[in-house]
Amino acid sequence: MPGSLSNWIARHAHALVSTTGHLGRHGFATVLTVAVMGLALALPLALNVLVRNVRDATGDFSEAVGLSVYLKPEVPEQKARQLAKSAGERTGVASATLITASEALAEFRAQSGFGAALDALPDNPLPNVLTIRPAPDAASPSQLEALRSYLLSWPEVDSVQLDRDWVLRFSAILELLRRVVLITAVLLGAGVIAVVGNTIRLEILNRRAEIEVTKLVGGTNAFVRRPFLYAGVLYGILAGSIAWSIVALARASLAPAAMRLATAYGSGFTLEGPSFSELGILLLSGMVLGWLGAWIAAARQLARIEPRTA
Amino acid sequence: MISFEHVSKRYPNGREALTDLSFDIHDGEMAFLTGRSGAGKSTVLKLIALLERPTRGQVLVNGDNTAKLPLRRVPLFRRGLGVVFQDHRLLMDRPVFDNVALPLIVADTSFREIEKRVRAALDQVGLLGKERVAPLELSVGEQQRVGIARAIVSKPPLLVADEPTGNLDATLAAEVMGLFRRFNEVGVTVVVATHDLHLVRESGLREIVLDDGRSQTPPMPPMQALR
Repeated sequence: MPGSLSNWIARHAHALVSTTGHLGRHGFATVLTVAVMGLALALPLALNVLVRNVRDATGDFSEAVGLSVYLKPEVPEQKARQLAKSAGERTGVASATLITASEALAEFRAQSGFGAALDALPDNPLPNVLTIRPAPDAASPSQLEALRSYLLSWPEVDSVQLDRDWVLRFSAILELLRRVVLITAVLLGAGVIAVVGNTIRLEILNRRAEIEVTKLVGGTNAFVRRPFLYAGVLYGILAGSIAWSIVALARASLAPAAMRLATAYGSGFTLEGPSFSELGILLLSGMVLGWLGAWIAAARQLARIEPRTA
Repeated sequence: MISFEHVSKRYPNGREALTDLSFDIHDGEMAFLTGRSGAGKSTVLKLIALLERPTRGQVLVNGDNTAKLPLRRVPLFRRGLGVVFQDHRLLMDRPVFDNVALPLIVADTSFREIEKRVRAALDQVGLLGKERVAPLELSVGEQQRVGIARAIVSKPPLLVADEPTGNLDATLAAEVMGLFRRFNEVGVTVVVATHDLHLVRESGLREIVLDDGRSQTPPMPPMQALR
């Protein structure tokens, strides 16, 4: 059918333009609705940005995580150096440093205040120790565990101590936070659907006369529903942009304080804001949620508005 | 064009508005539905416009059996007839043009065609030049004519009017009735429900009298004798 595509475009353009105009004319109501939706979307985004920043800020923890390998007392220093070298060459190991028994003793003497007591001992009681740092990409709890058992299998090794609890706890906290973000997003997404649904429901009630007449002159449900679906989608896009801007502004106002804190810890950490891909996700989910809320409200209400019966 | 066969209509509240009503209105005919308030005139029009379906019997309009038409085909069915209401049911927040254009917009007519047809329809009811005016700025008679322009803008083969002169004085009523007769002369089937018996009898056209939901007279002869 010639011209049917241009008619299709024309009627969608008509619905979009008239909906935009309608939202504009009811500016205050639109602002309120969009503000509520925007705040609801801003919360999960803020949490997500927070989690990302926490992960970044604590990224060096993987370097802090390490294994202390205690060699047997009879292993001589010469042999200990060889072991340090071969441990350092293993994949997944960033560095292996030897702290010799005498170095350890000297340090202990200086820091502990037991210098005189140590002098009374016939031999140095401390063993040679290798301090091993895993490579950042090999610092997961299971990889560290594997490395530990490997080192334990060396005949010269007495025991291996792993800062494993720390790693486990920390990744458990991050995982927990990620789930909190997910749950918040789901709950507030449902809230957004409810807000849009209620707004569109009121809107349909307000325009009941118009809808009745439209159906009476042969308008289909799809025709009547269309402007409301566009309204839902527009609400969603506006709310998504607002949510992103709120979090970006919050980040900007927190950045200087975060910078001072990082400097005080001697860290080069900077507070990251919401990313552009997050903006894309927000706009998309805003559109989908808005459309869904509008569709649910319209389906329920329009089925009830048939031209007057009695 | 319109055929009622043993039609009964009972509303959900239990009131029986029509009882075993039968009549035919042929292609190109113009007929009046008369009777006291509550006699069932509005119900007949609602059955024709498919705002209601019959409880028993058959209503055939434009070749469609309204009782069996699936919901999704109802919009298309309604595009085949124009309806005029006593309270005209105009959208007061839209200018005249938008009101008259509505049946064309819902039918995906191109904008150029809409422009042309709306002007033609307004010309027929004598309101050319009032496109941008808001309905509230018009007189009652003019508002009713906008309603008529909306009913005929898509050139439906059937025009149905419910008390179209109910709010008008005698002169305006005669004018509106003249409009319906002119549409009828160019081939449109017209059904008008009214209790303005004076106008009906002056016209000499067919009258279907309803009393308590039944047809009271042999359908054909005009009712001059009853005066």
